[in-house]
Amino acid sequence: MTIDWGIIGESIPLLAEGLVVTLQVSALSAVLGLALGVVFGLGSLSRSRPLRWLVMAYVDFIRGTPLLIQIFLVFFALPMIGIRFDEFWAGVFALSLNASAFVAEVVRGGVGSIEKGQTEAAKAIGMRHSQILVYILLPQAYRQMVPPLTNELISLVKNSSLLSVISVYELTRAGQAIISVHFVPFEIYTLLAVYYYVLIKALSWLSVQLERRLPTW
Amino acid sequence: MVAAVIQVQDLSKSFGDNPVLRGVSLDVALAETVVIIGASGSGKTTFLRCLNRLEEPTGGSVRLDGSPVGEASSERLSAAQRSQFGFVFQRFNLFPHLTARDNVAIGLEKVRGMSRAEARALAEEELSRVHLQDHIDKRPAQLSGGQQQRVAIARALAMKPRVMLFDEPTSALDPELVQEVLDVMKDLAEAGMTMVVVTHEMSFARDVADRVIYMEDGVIAEQGPPDQLFGAPKSAGAQRFLRHLSHD
Ligand SMILES: Nc1ncnc2c1ncn2[C@@H]1O[C@H](COP(=O)(O)OP(=O)(O)OP(=O)(O)O)[C@@H](O)[C@H]1O
Ligand SMILES: [Mg+2]
Repeated sequence: MTIDWGIIGESIPLLAEGLVVTLQVSALSAVLGLALGVVFGLGSLSRSRPLRWLVMAYVDFIRGTPLLIQIFLVFFALPMIGIRFDEFWAGVFALSLNASAFVAEVVRGGVGSIEKGQTEAAKAIGMRHSQILVYILLPQAYRQMVPPLTNELISLVKNSSLLSVISVYELTRAGQAIISVHFVPFEIYTLLAVYYYVLIKALSWLSVQLERRLPTW
Repeated sequence: MVAAVIQVQDLSKSFGDNPVLRGVSLDVALAETVVIIGASGSGKTTFLRCLNRLEEPTGGSVRLDGSPVGEASSERLSAAQRSQFGFVFQRFNLFPHLTARDNVAIGLEKVRGMSRAEARALAEEELSRVHLQDHIDKRPAQLSGGQQQRVAIARALAMKPRVMLFDEPTSALDPELVQEVLDVMKDLAEAGMTMVVVTHEMSFARDVADRVIYMEDGVIAEQGPPDQLFGAPKSAGAQRFLRHLSHD
């Protein structure tokens, strides 16, 4: 087997374009997924039983179905009820919804692990349940939530490659485009693996830095 | 006689089928300091927690200034009611992510609806009252146990409670830090605060208490002025308990 070094040299800049889209999709989905996930996580700890039930059912559905199906559902089903996105935003939306369920579980676990005395002290000065969640428990859980949230972010970045199936021109899709012209699957998939690997190593490193910077007490 | 601030009627509490309080009745007068003593497991903590509804009693009633506690229709109301009782925990339970000042200010801001600036200014005042004016910007982990407990007292006092409840406030402290906390409590009693204090600090009980209550197996087995209860306890249980205590 001979390796086509020339095509690798040509592909590096071509793939960079896809990498930018992967970064955009991942960053947008991470922010949206985090925001939704925190809301869902707190919802799952709320005093309202219907709300808790709704969030738990949602989380259960997301965790119990393949992401690929969720992507297709967002891409094909939502237009049928009149909601239309281009591929890029459909992809962001699908990844965000998926991530939010996992983030909700992290938030739930983090907030739930804070010692009971904290809730009692806050109750004793007259704080309401929702205030206790937001001002007392959640801030104390930030630091311990960083490692599991990093894992979710890493999954999200890897999962973004699935958006190639709805023709989002992200890293994987960009690679496939080169393959279809030059038929060099081994070279390109290897190159893609390196791109993803470096990206994910960089994220892990950033996460450790962030965790170090968050205050302890 | 002045109307009681707290009226407890036949209060009972069971955890599953374990009856922990079995009919406790007690009136506490305005500015009175009541000290509760009793063996471990006799129900002292549970009693205090039933007063401010950290624990839901199984039966009986608690009234504060004549109004029933725990019958509020909404969460907002019951939270407001709870803040009429200042509660000081054995293990302080300060919020570790907040400075001393913000530990005190957060209730003023979120519960009393003060502006942040107002709340912080008042918090500073409350901390000065417990002699912590030089430590307002420290986090709990940077404070000694005695200082932490004084922050906790300031946090409770800032809410302007009608009554202060203390659950063994010095039992988690190193011996040399106990007095600074007892001094603050004594000042508070002398300033006319109504207080219910669970403690085994006999010097405090002798000095400060108007009345001492001895609890046993979820009931008040004996009560009276400190001189009488410590000097000549009538019940066999109190005699035994006090004998044990003086041998420690
Ligand atoms: N949340 C709970 N669930 C079940 N049982 C409990 C609970 N809280 C207290 N108890 C039980 O109630 C009894 C009385 O406990 P309580 O803490 O009121 O006693 P105490 O007089 O404060 O004791 P101590 O001096 O050790 O603090 C104990 O047998 C305890 O095991
Ligand atoms: Mg106790």
